[in-house]
Amino acid sequence: MSRIEGCFSRLADDGRKALVTYIVAGDPSIEKTIDIMHAMVANGVSMIELGMPFTDPEAEGPVIQLSQERALVNGVTLQDVLSVVAGFREQDDETPIVLMGYVNPVEHMGYDAFASAAADAGVDGTIIVNLPPEEGELLDQSLIAAGIDPVYLLAPTTTEARARMIFSRARGFAYYVSLKGTTGASTLNVSEVGARLEVLRPLGDLPIAVGFGIKNGKSAREVADAGADGVVIGAAVVGLIESCQNEPDRITDVVGGFIREVREALDG
Amino acid sequence: MGNIGDNERFGAMPDDTGHFGAFGGRFVSETLMAALGELEREYAKLKNDPEFNRQFQDDLANYVGRPSPLYFAERLTEAVGGATILLKREDLNHTGAHKINNCIGQALLAKHMGKPRVIAETGAGQHGVAAATVAARFGLECHVYMGSDDIERQSLNVYRMKLLGAEVVPVTSGSRTLKDALSEAMRDWVTNIDNTYYIIGTVAGPHPYPMLVRDFQAVIGQETKAQCQRMFGRLPDMLIACVGGGSNAMGMFYPFLEDTDVRLIGVEPAGKGLETGLHAAPLSRGEVGVLHGNRTYLMQNSDGQVLPTSSISAGLDYPAVGPEHAWLKDIERAEYVAVDDEEAVDACRRLNRLEGILPALESAHAVAYAIKIAATMSRDEIVVINLSGRGDKDIPTLAEIDGISL
Repeated sequence: MSRIEGCFSRLADDGRKALVTYIVAGDPSIEKTIDIMHAMVANGVSMIELGMPFTDPEAEGPVIQLSQERALVNGVTLQDVLSVVAGFREQDDETPIVLMGYVNPVEHMGYDAFASAAADAGVDGTIIVNLPPEEGELLDQSLIAAGIDPVYLLAPTTTEARARMIFSRARGFAYYVSLKGTTGASTLNVSEVGARLEVLRPLGDLPIAVGFGIKNGKSAREVADAGADGVVIGAAVVGLIESCQNEPDRITDVVGGFIREVREALDG
Repeated sequence: MGNIGDNERFGAMPDDTGHFGAFGGRFVSETLMAALGELEREYAKLKNDPEFNRQFQDDLANYVGRPSPLYFAERLTEAVGGATILLKREDLNHTGAHKINNCIGQALLAKHMGKPRVIAETGAGQHGVAAATVAARFGLECHVYMGSDDIERQSLNVYRMKLLGAEVVPVTSGSRTLKDALSEAMRDWVTNIDNTYYIIGTVAGPHPYPMLVRDFQAVIGQETKAQCQRMFGRLPDMLIACVGGGSNAMGMFYPFLEDTDVRLIGVEPAGKGLETGLHAAPLSRGEVGVLHGNRTYLMQNSDGQVLPTSSISAGLDYPAVGPEHAWLKDIERAEYVAVDDEEAVDACRRLNRLEGILPALESAHAVAYAIKIAATMSRDEIVVINLSGRGDKDIPTLAEIDGISL
């Protein structure tokens, strides 16, 4: 059983929801990113999406754009992102890690080279934001051969026919983008999400994580109650990291405390 | 050019999936896929619709002022002392550049699709002005995204867009130029997809944009073909156009793709020189990559990050290029060369002095290369330069080089 599959099935057995968080590798530094990952897991995170910084992150709102810019100023490369995963795996062999980013750096490294290096580092899945299934077949082949799950996005605008196709191509889980907009937007409509999940659920048999616009324990709980198997929090966590730029020693406490609150809201 | 076996390929591109050979495609987030599919279907319907075509042709004639002249540049021809040089006068279009052709077409699409709001990205401001103009003409709300650095160097066009009723949104992320304006426009589109039409200004972006922008600009090449036949009874020997994203070049080249005796030359901005790395010439010095929805040649570093660009011309200051150009380069149907800032400025001044025509600094890149290559040719050979825009907007830049503050 893959780490992702194991994660969702253990949580489902306990009647709990997956708490997934997104941070950008290398913001504020490679070492700090590994510390933050451990602190998030210690406080109840079930799975981590690790952002691969890119110069032109078309789907991100301002908070995550700036985080990626800071990582790039720090000189973070795709190789560095993989070394973060390998460093994390020295102490944690259980928490699934999904790399999230844009296709160009991956394509530049080469699909096969990327897939095997990512597998060696301990990566479990990838979400390539600007690679819809129609353009993703070659990368999927490389990933699947290396034992990595290609995760695909579903959107409010996705038709039922497309959703079936996406479910048939995705592995591990499907990621439902909860709103029309960029990451961190403030237009989340929970009842709409619930209605969409009801339509999507019978079209595939993968767990569905919901992200974009979930900011705190309350909205996480609402989305979980609306039928999500997992909730993804990105911009809210990245915003906390940004707020600690001048006091990097506080980051793990600040992020850890926030995660604990969200976990309690989800479990309570 | 003998390696092109099957000319039918040209008409058939892009293929059903939006690819030009290995290039093009649709590399966007899932939220945009439905809208791009809808646009593709609507366009497929409308491009053969007689009423849509009548509206498009009518506005090109009576609003834009087409056909634009094909002008024999007699004094430039004499001065260069080589080939006969003709100018396709897109600078005489309403709003002063070829950009309006595409904007008319896409605004009509927006109208037919019932979208009350349009957005656009702009570099030099020419596309932004054209988009704001058609928005006024068709009664659409308009937001134009523009890098904050470009807003400073193109203040005249910024104010002109505001006069037209458009909102100009400064983009402060990334390199604060055209590529970042395009990313920000895509973010707006994904957020406002229900009521908004995105008027992309060049032959880039996800399918079907490279195809439909090309089709709307193809009027340039179609007219040139007919005008050249009338004047000389034959086709030209060579077409020269500047290439940033590549819409004026694609519009000029496309109707000639199957006329393989006609050499097609795209001129990229070499900025401070190709060897300095400070340029915007992905076809000359880039590698294949994916940016803004399509696979193409791209200026990128060894880690696949997009590199900053440099050109005196804001409209060419873009790290990627339309995917059809990438394909035409690979199959060797078109040739791509580069001209640096200094050569472009010199050509701009020279054309102005010899012909009384001040070209945009973008178009001056094509003029500069034409002057060089025409000198090696004979008078009975015909070179057509696509004079894609006029240079009024660049007067402050020229004055600054001369140390004059206006």
